[in-house]
Amino acid sequence: MTAIAASVRRAIDSDLFHSFRQSPVTVGAAIVAIVYILAAGLAPWIVPHNTYEVSNLNLSNAFLPPAWTQDGKAAYLLGTDDQGRDVFSTILLGARVSLTVGVCAVLFAATLGVTLGLISGYVGGMVDSAIMRVADIMLSFPAILIALLIDGIARGVLPPETHTRLSIYVLIASLGLSTWVQYARTVRATTMVEKSKEYVMAARVIGIHPALIMIRHVLPNVLGPVLVIATIGLAVAVLSEATLSFLGVGVPPTQPSLGTLIRVGNNFLFSGEWWMAIFPGVALVILVLSVNLLGDWLRDALNPKLR
Amino acid sequence: MADTTQEAPLLKIAGLKRYFDVSPPLLNRILERQPRLTLRAVDGVDFTINRGETFSIVGESGCGKSTVARLIVGLYRPTAGSIVFDGVDMSGLQSRKAMAPLRRRQQMIFQDPYASLNPRWRVRDIIAEPIRAFDLIQGSDKVAARVGELLRQVGLSPVDGEKYPHEFSGGQRQRISIARALASQPEFLVCDEPTSALDVSVQAQILNLMKDLQRQLRLTYLFISHNLAVVYHISDHVAVMYLGRIAEVAPTRSLFSRPRHPYTRMLLDTIPDLDMTGRQRTPVAGEVPNPINPPPGCSFHPRCPFANHRCKREQPQPKQVDDALVACHGVEEGRLPPDTRPLTVAPSLTA
Repeated sequence: MTAIAASVRRAIDSDLFHSFRQSPVTVGAAIVAIVYILAAGLAPWIVPHNTYEVSNLNLSNAFLPPAWTQDGKAAYLLGTDDQGRDVFSTILLGARVSLTVGVCAVLFAATLGVTLGLISGYVGGMVDSAIMRVADIMLSFPAILIALLIDGIARGVLPPETHTRLSIYVLIASLGLSTWVQYARTVRATTMVEKSKEYVMAARVIGIHPALIMIRHVLPNVLGPVLVIATIGLAVAVLSEATLSFLGVGVPPTQPSLGTLIRVGNNFLFSGEWWMAIFPGVALVILVLSVNLLGDWLRDALNPKLR
Repeated sequence: MADTTQEAPLLKIAGLKRYFDVSPPLLNRILERQPRLTLRAVDGVDFTINRGETFSIVGESGCGKSTVARLIVGLYRPTAGSIVFDGVDMSGLQSRKAMAPLRRRQQMIFQDPYASLNPRWRVRDIIAEPIRAFDLIQGSDKVAARVGELLRQVGLSPVDGEKYPHEFSGGQRQRISIARALASQPEFLVCDEPTSALDVSVQAQILNLMKDLQRQLRLTYLFISHNLAVVYHISDHVAVMYLGRIAEVAPTRSLFSRPRHPYTRMLLDTIPDLDMTGRQRTPVAGEVPNPINPPPGCSFHPRCPFANHRCKREQPQPKQVDDALVACHGVEEGRLPPDTRPLTVAPSLTA
């Protein structure tokens, strides 16, 4: 108990927390992001209407405008869509899908990139050249194109029902495979610096296995920059997921994400039902902006040259 | 010293060579017609180290002294030559398993105490790493007891084990580094400039600690340094290295009072000394040549005041001169003026 209290006190005393408190923008972004993540995470339990229960839907409630307009109903705060679903509820549930995909994609990309970067930097030579040439090739394609390609292959190879069931995993894999290069390059560079330090030599003199040296000695010392890339990468992954879903290759319509909601709303934008596209769009902007601001702060706070 | 000379030497090195390939990448070699380049970091080194003594290697930056140290502890594989440790040729051992028993018996102390301790590890884990790696002590409380004992042995407190390296000063970190090296109960310690990153006052403390430990634990040291005062203070034998080769090996007092090789003489002239104030001294002329493209003949001839035609063509081999081994044509031919000087080194270090 005292150990936990001590580490909490140390965290509050740390430089990082100090620079956090100095920046009101960062504190604001953190509050927005935390509220957002809590709301999205708890969405199935806190939404006013369970929009995926078909028996709850009533087509007479379709196309209701937001509550504060003339024809709005107080029960539907941000209006309803073409099926009579509450837009506020679908946004919360959609943000949950978007965040899940984003976090999983970042974890996948970071795991893959850190592993390959560590091996590349530590082993060097031919292994390094091979991994880095693959990375160069990946980098010469736009990430969205790679994601579309992987999704296309999955669609062609898997039977349709299997693909619908697995589409969220295909999406995570395609986002991860198109963004691992950043992690690999950063980790490779820092690994090459750490590798030549004497504490690694000390471990080699004892005869520790190279894999153990990589995991126990080098890895903890190269994770700082990874944290920064991962935070900014989360915002990028959420955006990419929205792009793919908007293009219709993302998550299936039965599990809509923010991108899917924007795509559906887009069909009704010119017929006057603007709230179906605008509110999910605003929700996406708020999420990406707050995460990006946090990432920017983290990058500056961990950069010793900017202190 | 005298009683150990009859025993077989602890370490015997013969014809040790290590070349590094520093060629430009394949594409540049083909497109720009650049040749392959080899850096001869160590180019034929022989010496023996007796049990219980301190053997020092001195030389300017880039002369290959650190490479020799790393070859001995197995961080690099030799290009040619043998490293015989207590009767076993280590350059013949291939697998990690075969190396392990020898690795336990030799450890290394590094130059930079700020880089040689993993900043993310607690001191107790750093010191316990060799114990766990060689599986020397079972049971975590016994390991903790041993770590405490090691910390006390190097002049720190057992409670320091809970701290992280950044909470210590340079000298204290070097003590931690020594404790880690002692953890596997080695007989032989390779010290690669262990004091050159420290303040002068702290240097003396660390050197005295090392001398005390040597007496208590019957350790043998290979001491790498460019600081002649430190070398004079700690060594039994000194080897002077120049461009990957050994110029002269001699007992410490003999080397400092009667330097034979012109390079040794030049190095000794550079030691600052109160008595020499106002006296004419030979400035250090020239620079160490590039080891990628060493000069023909004796590699020291471009800087040597006594060089003649033979020196420019023929590489000198080490020859026994009294109690020293000297690789110099001039010494062999007896055409160098004798050089004896009083033993006035090490004014800044008090034992």
